[in-house]
Amino acid sequence: MRLRARGVTVRYRAVTAVDGVDLDAAPGEVLALLGANGSGKSSLMRALAGVTKHGGSVAWEGGGAVGYMPQDNASSAALTAFEVVLLGRLRSLSLRAGAAELAAAEAALGELGILHLAQRQLGTLSGGQRQLVFLAQVLAGEPRALLLDEPTSALDIAHQLQVLSMVREAAARRGLTTIVVLHDINAAARFADRIALLRQGRLVMTGTPAAALCAEALRDAYAVDVAVGPGPDARLVVVPVRPVAA
Amino acid sequence: MGIAGWRAAHARHAGIVGLAAAVLAVSFAFDLATGPAMLPVAAVLRTLVGFTHDPMLSAIVLSLRLPIALMAVLVGAALGVSGAVMQTILANPLASSYTLGISAGAGFGAALAILVGAALPLPGAWAVPLAAFGFAGLACALVAGVGQVRGATSELLVLAGIACLFLFQALLSLLQFLASPEALQQIVFWLFGSLLRASLAKAGIVALVVACVLPVLLADAWRLTALQLGDERARALGVRVTRLRLRAFVTVSLLTGVAVAFVGTIGFVGLVAPHIARLLVGEDQRIMLPASAVFGALLLSAASVASKLIMPGTVFPIGIVTALLGVPFFAWLVLARGGRR
Repeated sequence: MRLRARGVTVRYRAVTAVDGVDLDAAPGEVLALLGANGSGKSSLMRALAGVTKHGGSVAWEGGGAVGYMPQDNASSAALTAFEVVLLGRLRSLSLRAGAAELAAAEAALGELGILHLAQRQLGTLSGGQRQLVFLAQVLAGEPRALLLDEPTSALDIAHQLQVLSMVREAAARRGLTTIVVLHDINAAARFADRIALLRQGRLVMTGTPAAALCAEALRDAYAVDVAVGPGPDARLVVVPVRPVAA
Repeated sequence: MGIAGWRAAHARHAGIVGLAAAVLAVSFAFDLATGPAMLPVAAVLRTLVGFTHDPMLSAIVLSLRLPIALMAVLVGAALGVSGAVMQTILANPLASSYTLGISAGAGFGAALAILVGAALPLPGAWAVPLAAFGFAGLACALVAGVGQVRGATSELLVLAGIACLFLFQALLSLLQFLASPEALQQIVFWLFGSLLRASLAKAGIVALVVACVLPVLLADAWRLTALQLGDERARALGVRVTRLRLRAFVTVSLLTGVAVAFVGTIGFVGLVAPHIARLLVGEDQRIMLPASAVFGALLLSAASVASKLIMPGTVFPIGIVTALLGVPFFAWLVLARGGRR
């Protein structure tokens, strides 16, 4: 599905969280959404997912479901991983969970290599396992686009790599339009095809990692002086240096 | 291994509920067989199947014991289910219709009817339940109204419910302060909660309401299960969270209102039966709701039996027995199973 969002605006009473954002994303593309805390990333994601009131227009062209994975809220419902993933089929679940629904849940767990966790209680899973279970939940709904809000927050570097690799592979395999909110700029440089940078609810830069990750734009978005240079595998590496003096 | 494991767990959970239902049947039979009249079990059985012409015997069994035993099961089931749904939609393990002012509203309504009862154009046996139900409904409407206006988040509904609880408790205290000693005694006895006011007609009404409400709740079972992952994730899965929460709240308030109207405030069952169900069968609401009903029924039925055995010849107020019996059992369950999760 192709995303065409125009003039997206989200307001919470007096606060304007997202202010007239235009954003496009192509099928199969992985777009990383970056920005400081409070820059409107999550609000934009909620507007794109259609779970909050917003101004402007959000069009998903081509038809199909949009899979939205909110930030982890540490829910410890007494549900097994399998039950959590099965809920990804909520829109078509009958009271007696049909065979197609059960098969989709099992397939999604298998696709992410976590079928062995199926009967584990949600509360007993590690942070990385939880994120994979919730990713499987979204995939079980057979979406044509993915909206992932901070899928790697609170994960160590190994699990960040694991989760983002899984996202990348699933997106490529299924041709999913994928937008992912990240805090780690270097992870975005590594895993995203394009980067969109938000500052105070406005989009200040979109482009390939090489184009978007320039020192000026990042300084502007995060109020931090950064050094940007080539890393060991020719990708860009961003190193924060010092906060910008007020 | 995912589907097979899920099916196996499901079968195990169904087995647990079936076993509890079997224990409930035994408890129900004990409830019929025991009482101050000390009737032989064979005589009770003969009366139940209609092979007796002793009017005394059929009066005791069919007019006294059967309504009480049925009422214990039905009210227990109603309170168990409503507690389970309240805890789910409010994301709060302390929530029950008791903590949210629904029962307090009923208590105030009952006290009001007891005080001005003679002035009401209603037969005495129905004035108090009707008033109790009416004010339970009012309490529910207050809480749901606040939720409707300001967005039904679980925090807001809990706060509105607690405010409602204090409001009706204060009003109830005012009535008690104004009441004559005789009326005060009646009010206090009503508040204890008792199955002695049961009749087959009342049991029939509770049965009808339970039978109507349970399918309505089960139709939302998957959505209620999803709600336990948090509002945002439920929304992402396509649940209209505010509507679901208000719909479920009003439905179970009706259930609680009817149950409490006939037997008075019995607080503990609605709180604990869902916890027992959750510990034993998990939070898939398709199994947790029936399980909460069965465990609620079992708790109250066992309490009904115990209330007759504590002091032979007298019947203890059931509200007191429920807590005295339920707390140690619950503590054991939490300590024994708590380490598993």
